[in-house]
Amino acid sequence: MARTYLLLAWTWLRASAQYPVPLVMMVLGSFVLTGMDVAAIWIVFGHTRSLGGFALAEVMFLYGTAGVSFGLADLLFGNVDRLSQHIRAGTFDAMLIRPASAFVQVATDRFSVQRFGRLAQAAVVLAVALPRLDPPWSRIWMVPVMIVCGVVIFASIFTIGGAMQFLLTDAPEVSNAFTYGGSTLTQYPLTVYGGDLVRAVTFIVPLAFVNWQPALYVLDRDDPFGLPYGLRFAAPAAALVLALAAALAWRAGIRRYRSTGS
Amino acid sequence: MIEVDGAGRSFTVGRGRARRTVHAVRELSFTVAAGEFVGYLGPNGAGKSTTIKMLTGILAPTSGRLRVAGLDPTRRRTALARRIGVVFGQRTTLWWDLPLKDSFELVRLLYKVDRNDFRRRLDELTELLDLAAFMRTPVRQLSLGQRMRGDVTAALLHDPAVLVLDEPTIGLDVVSKAAMREFLGRLNAERGTTVLLTTHDLGDIEKLCRRVMLIHHGRLGFDGTLEDLRATTPGEDSLEDVVTRLYTASPADR
Repeated sequence: MARTYLLLAWTWLRASAQYPVPLVMMVLGSFVLTGMDVAAIWIVFGHTRSLGGFALAEVMFLYGTAGVSFGLADLLFGNVDRLSQHIRAGTFDAMLIRPASAFVQVATDRFSVQRFGRLAQAAVVLAVALPRLDPPWSRIWMVPVMIVCGVVIFASIFTIGGAMQFLLTDAPEVSNAFTYGGSTLTQYPLTVYGGDLVRAVTFIVPLAFVNWQPALYVLDRDDPFGLPYGLRFAAPAAALVLALAAALAWRAGIRRYRSTGS
Repeated sequence: MIEVDGAGRSFTVGRGRARRTVHAVRELSFTVAAGEFVGYLGPNGAGKSTTIKMLTGILAPTSGRLRVAGLDPTRRRTALARRIGVVFGQRTTLWWDLPLKDSFELVRLLYKVDRNDFRRRLDELTELLDLAAFMRTPVRQLSLGQRMRGDVTAALLHDPAVLVLDEPTIGLDVVSKAAMREFLGRLNAERGTTVLLTTHDLGDIEKLCRRVMLIHHGRLGFDGTLEDLRATTPGEDSLEDVVTRLYTASPADR
């Protein structure tokens, strides 16, 4: 599966390299556009010393980890939420007659460098925030763990959104609320939101495990909502459960695939 | 090579009170032996494409069972893909933005075809189908006739035992059509590839198929040799008139 992924992604990259100028423009555009988010955080801190009880460097840390996780998930699997376009165009039929996973084929379709822009910008923010926080080595191991878990969580949400499109061909808008919505939500400390929303993203759609709960551990902070301490280490479990749900949803979706006329 | 036993596929359409079940194909049974060249006829909406999609693993049947090249298409989709070739005349299975040559190379890697076998087959197909002039052209810039030849080549590079063709001559001019028919006839005669062909072009059927199956309202209406098909309507000379009569007959007549 990994071999097929690399093979197809590389082929698409080579195909897109035939037009280098628009390519560079798009990477820059995406970099600048997501950079606006950082500018917004900067402006907020021009007027106040803290956001939801968190200092600038801490907010940047939350922003950076969420951004890197989402950027990687979007880079690798974001295309899955365009499944309905493939179904309507009939190109999904062509994917099903090839000896390769349909999921990988949809994910890699038109793979392009442009997808690196968002990721690069978030990585820069994280690289600036980490030295300023200077967390002890005994806690810093959680950073790569939380990024991997975040990638799995976002990728699973993309997949569930894609699987829904086997039934509802107009579902992209619904799933975007959870993917892009989830990405925006996790950029800020959850203390800026209400308690009900925080419980929902902890126990229903486990977005709190993308960065919030593990970040409380890295930053050595008390949970402002008073949730159990153990939740800080629950990100891998949450990611695993969601990934299993996503795999089941995708399999069920493919079995219900109806193709198009003719 | 192909075994279909009581296969059916229904779709639920509409919402709420208008919800109803449409049976695209019902209780379909037939077998195709290795080396046969079978024509699969039927009016629009009769269930031809649904049958093809079930045979290739695109659609799961809602009842009955199918086996193609010894495999259950739904459960063993990717394994089956290595043993069959599929061509859709209405849409390409090639990569739209890639040059034809790169598409073939990708097929080689995806199907894990041995490099020497691949070279040999590609050279052979390049000559037979006259591909050399547009090998480096992106698929989207090819003419329909060129694209179809590219699609047929891509479907044969892994030397499949079964070739499934869904309207492969649609939109082709008389010269391209004749070339395609000759190629398919030779493929079947010389390599022994089993071919299942759906078409609306009765010329394809007359030139290529010893056996014809006709589907109507989702059921098999006729299965026999071309001569038997003609004999269903004594006194009619043209195959077109014979088929028109079968297409317009109500299901109760049979």
